Amino acid sequence: MSLRRKIRLEVNGETREGWAEPRKLLVDFLREELGLTGTHVGCEHGICGACTILINGEAVRSCLMLAVQADGAELITVEGLAAGGKLHPLQEAFREHHALQCGFCTPGMLLTAYDLLRVNPSPNEEEIREALSAVLCRCTGYLTIIKAVRSAARRLPADTGK
Amino acid sequence: MAAHRFIGQPVKRVEDMPLLTGRGLFIADLPVANPRHAAILRAPYAHARIVSIDASRALNAPGVHGVITSEDVAKLTRPFAVGVRAPVKYYCMATDKARFVGEPVALVVADDRYLAEDALELIDVEYEPLPAVTDPTRAAAPDAPLLHEEVGTNIACRRKMTYGDPRRAFEEADVVVGAEFKFPKISSTPIETYGVVASYEPGSGVLTIWANFMGPFILHSLLARALNIAENRLRLIVPPDIGGSYGIKTSVFPYMALIGLAAMKIGTTVRWIEDRREHLLAASSGTDRAAYRELAARKDGTILAMRARWLDNVGGYIRSPEPGCSFRPIGNWVGPYRLQHLEIDAGVVMSNKCPTGPNRGYGCGHLYFEIERLVDMLAEKLGIDPAELRRRNLIQPNEFPYRTPTGGLYDSGDYPAALERALKIADYGELRREQAKAREQGRFFGVGVALAVDPSVSNMGYISVALDPEVRGRPGYLPKSGATEAVSVRVDPLGKINVILGSTPQGQGHRTIIAQVVAEEFGVSLDDVTVTDEMDTFTRLWSVSSGSYSSRFATVGASAAAVAARKLKAKLVKQAAYLMEMPEEALEFADGQVRPRAGGEPALTLKDLAGRVHWNASALPESMEPGLEATAVFGFPEAKSPDATDRVNSSNTYGFIAEVMAVEVDPDTAAVKILRYVSVHDAGTIINPLIAEGQILGGALHGLGGALYEELAYDEDGQQLCASFMDYLVPTASDAPQLQIEHLISPSPFTPLGSKGLGEASSMTAPAVVANAVSDALKPLEIEITELPITPSKLWQMIEQARSRKS
Repeated sequence: MSLRRKIRLEVNGETREGWAEPRKLLVDFLREELGLTGTHVGCEHGICGACTILINGEAVRSCLMLAVQADGAELITVEGLAAGGKLHPLQEAFREHHALQCGFCTPGMLLTAYDLLRVNPSPNEEEIREALSAVLCRCTGYLTIIKAVRSAARRLPADTGK
Repeated sequence: MAAHRFIGQPVKRVEDMPLLTGRGLFIADLPVANPRHAAILRAPYAHARIVSIDASRALNAPGVHGVITSEDVAKLTRPFAVGVRAPVKYYCMATDKARFVGEPVALVVADDRYLAEDALELIDVEYEPLPAVTDPTRAAAPDAPLLHEEVGTNIACRRKMTYGDPRRAFEEADVVVGAEFKFPKISSTPIETYGVVASYEPGSGVLTIWANFMGPFILHSLLARALNIAENRLRLIVPPDIGGSYGIKTSVFPYMALIGLAAMKIGTTVRWIEDRREHLLAASSGTDRAAYRELAARKDGTILAMRARWLDNVGGYIRSPEPGCSFRPIGNWVGPYRLQHLEIDAGVVMSNKCPTGPNRGYGCGHLYFEIERLVDMLAEKLGIDPAELRRRNLIQPNEFPYRTPTGGLYDSGDYPAALERALKIADYGELRREQAKAREQGRFFGVGVALAVDPSVSNMGYISVALDPEVRGRPGYLPKSGATEAVSVRVDPLGKINVILGSTPQGQGHRTIIAQVVAEEFGVSLDDVTVTDEMDTFTRLWSVSSGSYSSRFATVGASAAAVAARKLKAKLVKQAAYLMEMPEEALEFADGQVRPRAGGEPALTLKDLAGRVHWNASALPESMEPGLEATAVFGFPEAKSPDATDRVNSSNTYGFIAEVMAVEVDPDTAAVKILRYVSVHDAGTIINPLIAEGQILGGALHGLGGALYEELAYDEDGQQLCASFMDYLVPTASDAPQLQIEHLISPSPFTPLGSKGLGEASSMTAPAVVANAVSDALKPLEIEITELPITPSKLWQMIEQARSRKS
């Protein structure tokens, strides 16, 4: 067994510290060490996308990364999307359009959509589908999620994606 | 009927807020004191004798607390009861032999999952590989490798059933069409895998198991027996959130036994969260089926009779609730058609694949794929338009309630109207004209129609048709029947309402649905109602049929809630009448208060009444129960056990689905493009259209996934070829076709709100409608789709072969 390393990173605007063996997956670190259970594990091989978070501004699968690799990084997880008790427009739109059923893929969907709108604030349907195809959902059949992302894109100020 | 405030409204879900903000509570999120973590060693062979297992090195590995091997399982547990007479010994782990790749052979409990997985590598297992068989037809052959020596055959169950006089009907028919069909082994693969936590308290002897288990809770009894503990010492708790199931999480129960055993034997709280590879290898799926089915008809298109024989492949062990795969749709085996004569030869066979269980549409996807394909073949043979042929055979609106020849009791519907509506929305005539044009240009453009009777709320009794009537008729045989759900409604001292459910939702929004029903009944706001599910067998009122499966909740659960609310209102009126010194008959409960039926004053609000009853209980006479609570157990009198002629009303409400699809097949790549997809549903009263539509959209994509992409494929040696999401292809956002949905409403006469289920919905029609549309597109090449999935490579080969035949 190798020694545990100290990891310090910024999660949702807050500095957090914890310990992890070098082999510990980032998603396990977030869930077990930091108690951030909003990020879900669906496949551990980078296909289902449920564990998607933002690292230094980009969407990353936290099951394909080690915690030690995220040392010093800035992370946004689903727990950080709502601000000041107010839902993010994407979260609002998901609720409005019934874009979630069991809710297990939802954190990954939200952060993938967040990343899309950051890069492309007014995507067309094809572009939304393409981006969301990085996350598997088995409940909704996707159409309501696509609608929700379109509607959030219209609500968001075009330049920030925030 | 008075206008509804909440029923029928697209109310936003109360479930959403925690799920959107990362505060859901799934099995892997449950706070548990001092858990240890389990990892499971799994068989690498499809069929092998376990010669020896040596776990001594693993026991000495860092952080390891204990190991469970097949010896422990054989010594400390009993095989699960199975639904057939074949003496199949199904334990929670392989004991003598491994019968499918991925079958558990040992388990390690350690400080964390990483250490537990390390220790698995230190377990030495010696196997003696045996020949394997995976194909249902080959497994049924007398010379096939035998899985269970004590059974003597791989056939777990075979039933031949006759209704009416099919032989004569076939003899007298003008035309017969028949075909062989193959349906693939598919799983709707919930994105949350299985998870179990177990804790044993030796003082009380109570074993508590938390699991994302969806029921049916008949499996509670099986678990208790398998673990050799009394049923009242086995507590099952389901977390508030389950990350999808679609039938698949019924089959988490063998792991509940295994983790429960580990907790008891090792004396620590054990937690196991399955990984995706384990899930795809060894969780559950529907059956793959090989079938032959034929229809007999008159020249005018009247279908007279149907014959079918099939082999459902249940994998290494026939696991409860199998053989439901074969019999769940028995009451609706004729679909929406008036034919009266049937001959069925249902075979259920074991082979070296992962065991099966319910998967969305349980048995109905197979059924309607075969029937609806044949109806199209019949139409082609008779030169009648496929929509017209269906029209001529439908059960008519004035025939409800309609008793099917197999014992089903279709409660309500207007099948012709639903078909016409679907044809109209799809603009069927125009699609046919487009098709004619496309064919002139050499393009493969096809139109498909598919119909289905959508059964909901399974009658637990159906499964006993797996036994011969002679066995069911023996003295001492205990008949099985029923489909109940219990709901309690309470009013707190400030007049707010709490509702307690015993259901296990996996995203269907039960809390929202019940808040709507109860707020409607009491005439209060949605915020005044709090609903709790989180099934717990020690605190909820439950029965063997509890659980959230067979599209049952909007029917039986919502009914129980409505009846409980009405009971409580009657109680409140009685109490108020005493306190108001008015005759009970002169009062009613409406708009959140007890008030004179004639209108005017005095009125007692729920809040005032609750305060007076809770805080001054002695104000009521001794003869009056002081509580503000009512419980209803809702059941269906028509859910009877099968009769001596194998007739059984296998479900309790029956909806209807009419679908039309247009596709174009690329002549070069054989890719299927869905151009239009229309789905008309009649599920009686719709409580929440937002949720209902969500169910239909999700079900349709499951059906399409199974029809076009998915198959849990095995090679000849029984190695599973799809142990990751890279190999098991499920539809993504880019693959979802637009779907036009419409509802017709024929309220069920058997439920207080008129609701029926629709949770499985289009999952059972999508394979049929897409297969019909693709066959129609390829009619110039005389290609008939009789096998799923229709992958581009398979279809391309068919097109190439057809072309070379033609040239």
